[in-house]
Amino acid sequence: MTETNAAAIGAARETQADRRRALLWQIVDDYSLILIFIALFAVLSLTVQYFFSWDNVVGLALSVSQIGMVACTMMFCLASRDFDLSVGSTVAFAGVMCAIVSNATGSVVIGIAASLVAGALIGAVNGVVIAKLKINALITTLATMEIVRGLAFITSQGQAVGVTSEAFFTLGALELFGLPVPVWVTLACFVVFGVLLNKTIYGRNTLAIGGNPDAARLAGVSVDRVRIAIFLIQGVVAALAGIILASRMTSGQPNAGEGFELNVISACVLGGVSLMGGRATISGVLVGVLIMGTVQNAMSLMNIDAFYQYLVRGAILLIAVLVDQLKNRRQSR
Amino acid sequence: MATIAPRLEFRHIGKTFPGVRALGDVGFAVRAGSVHGLLGENGAGKSTMMKILGGEYIPDEGEVAIDGEVMRFRTAADAIGAGVAVIHQELQYVPELSVMENLLLGRLPTRFGMVDRRQALKWTRERLDALGVDLDPRARLKSLSIGQRQMVEIVKAILRDAKIIALDEPTSSLSHRETEVLFRLVNDLRAQGKAMIYISHRMDEIFELCDAATIFRDGRKVADFDTLEGVTRDELVQRMVGREISDIFGYKPREQGQVRLSVKGVTGRAVPQPMSFDVKAGEILGFFGLVGAGRSEVMRVVYGADRRTGGEVHVDGQPVKASHIRDAIRHGLVFCPEDRKEEGIIGVRSVSENINISARRNHLTAGLFVNDRNEARVADSFIERLRIRTPHRRQEIRLLSGGNQQKAVLSRWLAEKDLRVLIVDEPTRGIDVGAKNEIYNVLYELAARGVAVVMISSELPEVLGVSDRVITMCRGQITAQFTRGEATEENVLAAALPEGASATPMRNV
Repeated sequence: MTETNAAAIGAARETQADRRRALLWQIVDDYSLILIFIALFAVLSLTVQYFFSWDNVVGLALSVSQIGMVACTMMFCLASRDFDLSVGSTVAFAGVMCAIVSNATGSVVIGIAASLVAGALIGAVNGVVIAKLKINALITTLATMEIVRGLAFITSQGQAVGVTSEAFFTLGALELFGLPVPVWVTLACFVVFGVLLNKTIYGRNTLAIGGNPDAARLAGVSVDRVRIAIFLIQGVVAALAGIILASRMTSGQPNAGEGFELNVISACVLGGVSLMGGRATISGVLVGVLIMGTVQNAMSLMNIDAFYQYLVRGAILLIAVLVDQLKNRRQSR
Repeated sequence: MATIAPRLEFRHIGKTFPGVRALGDVGFAVRAGSVHGLLGENGAGKSTMMKILGGEYIPDEGEVAIDGEVMRFRTAADAIGAGVAVIHQELQYVPELSVMENLLLGRLPTRFGMVDRRQALKWTRERLDALGVDLDPRARLKSLSIGQRQMVEIVKAILRDAKIIALDEPTSSLSHRETEVLFRLVNDLRAQGKAMIYISHRMDEIFELCDAATIFRDGRKVADFDTLEGVTRDELVQRMVGREISDIFGYKPREQGQVRLSVKGVTGRAVPQPMSFDVKAGEILGFFGLVGAGRSEVMRVVYGADRRTGGEVHVDGQPVKASHIRDAIRHGLVFCPEDRKEEGIIGVRSVSENINISARRNHLTAGLFVNDRNEARVADSFIERLRIRTPHRRQEIRLLSGGNQQKAVLSRWLAEKDLRVLIVDEPTRGIDVGAKNEIYNVLYELAARGVAVVMISSELPEVLGVSDRVITMCRGQITAQFTRGEATEENVLAAALPEGASATPMRNV
């Protein structure tokens, strides 16, 4: 009997040490990302000419505004253990759609509405196929990525569609309180989706589904409905990003946003969103997006050849996934 | 007898998992040409021991010796190479391949670099005939019954010419006829001088097959029997459980009220025959049967987790929508699934999240936002009330032990303000005795509050110790019903076994 007790106490002590270590790692994990970003920013400010100036920082923010918006919704997608490759095509299609409809109706508002609806439809199709027909998200969105890109080329006949209305350009160029509109929209996305993730049933259920879809369903979560909502909202936000991009480029271009989906996913993974689902923080995604933008911006300022920028981006993603993997492995040991 | 080294010997084996000491200083020996029974409750450490033997786990302490020689298995392949075959409860085969291909996996005969199917077929047929096993070599594994798949695994071990064969609850899903074939094979193997370990919860099988036996309890060895001559069944059970049975269960009679859950003619894809039963307020109804008798399937349909194709479910006289979990929860009908890890907990989320996931919809601020303060209070109160051992409510639940996870999953439903019917499927599987007792107490407390409780269990003592009434199932049908007073191990077990299966094995008691 005493022997059993001793063993039990030993085991208890062991687990307590385990837990303390896990907690410590958790804290390091939580702050490491922000620390890395601050260090990166400081080093670049000191070493790269023109980096640390208001204009450059605003430019940096503007350059990642599209990625930032969609990263917010991609975070939900990944957190629920799903995947969406179709956002890049949606960005292109929404831009083309907005330009065509604006020109045809003479109203930018109708153009914007039409492309948001189109984005919602694309997202809804993704969501329904994945949730109801139980087709793997990777395959489904790979297919819709191709289809939607095709639609963008077909509707635009392969040409950039210029917009005639002046009002449309101001959307991408206008500044409010010293920041361009796209940056404000992106910040708004971070606030809205941060609240959704942390403070609503929708957000909590998203994480629960990602953690264990079967258990979530048996606990009374409407798994299908949440998954469809995630993709639908993602479609709308991707369309919004497409509209803003088209406005900045003054035309809807069918080949816009190529590789965009991968940049968005990279930013999320960099921000500590687990590809296994169930783990995501909005602050992490924000930092992930900023790291992406900062690296890109610095490489441009340093006149690094665009071809080499691909290598750096790829390497960063690989490192991020590796870190994610190591984190999971350590925590399950 | 002690002069020659035993074929297989475990020496002072210890194994610890995070939070659980699975085995501590356990040792026993198995002679060549004998069948060694390994007994113990769920969670006693038998399966861990078998995984150590099979090279899947590396022991923290102690060693495994074969013919006196110390083995250091690092992988499953090492164990196979040393002539060990462990046949687990969860079988390891390739469902898409045929019997023949599974048996010959990795060493299919080839001709000019192509698989020689004809020769493989001939070879397989000969072996199966020689063993008296009636299987079509070309049948795909996924088209066979679980019992037949089990036979394939056993044949695989025999063909590999293993000298040590361990069978972990081989008969749990076998039919009576398949069990007979298995027993004959085991007897043949014994005659050929194999050393065998046989794990079973069925005492009659232990007495029929085993020459010697070892009993585990809570990761330790509590008894060794060199022979089972003159040993009684009660003696074994007593050693396994380690205390008076009524001690663990602590049952007290309760008031019972009106019918709360009424199930009428319910059918589903895995429930072909219509099922009907009632449960009263304050009553604990035990559902007993062998694995695969169809108990979980029925309850999943009742709850709405699986599709209901017919019949009606009423809670307090109100109909519950078919195949609609959320409607069931709205009516206060909830379900704790059998597979805690796969279907119960959300591993990477916190204890608090796991507790609040369902009931939080009743505590929203402004009808929209999660009320964190309230959730913290709810989580902390359950952690204290059910004594969930966790450093804090924010701990990821997967880091807790099985019993504490189960208590958190139960808390999820206790947090529902209007709980009326609780269905628990194997609530104490893989949980240590102390936590079991705490879970029983939760069930009693709920019943005393007027909740109707349905408990599925494969552990006979548990069913008898906790239930006010017992229903037995066999092959998808209710076979009998007993009040607490009527139910005995013998009559409940007899009602749960397939026709004719009870006649032979029971005589040893």
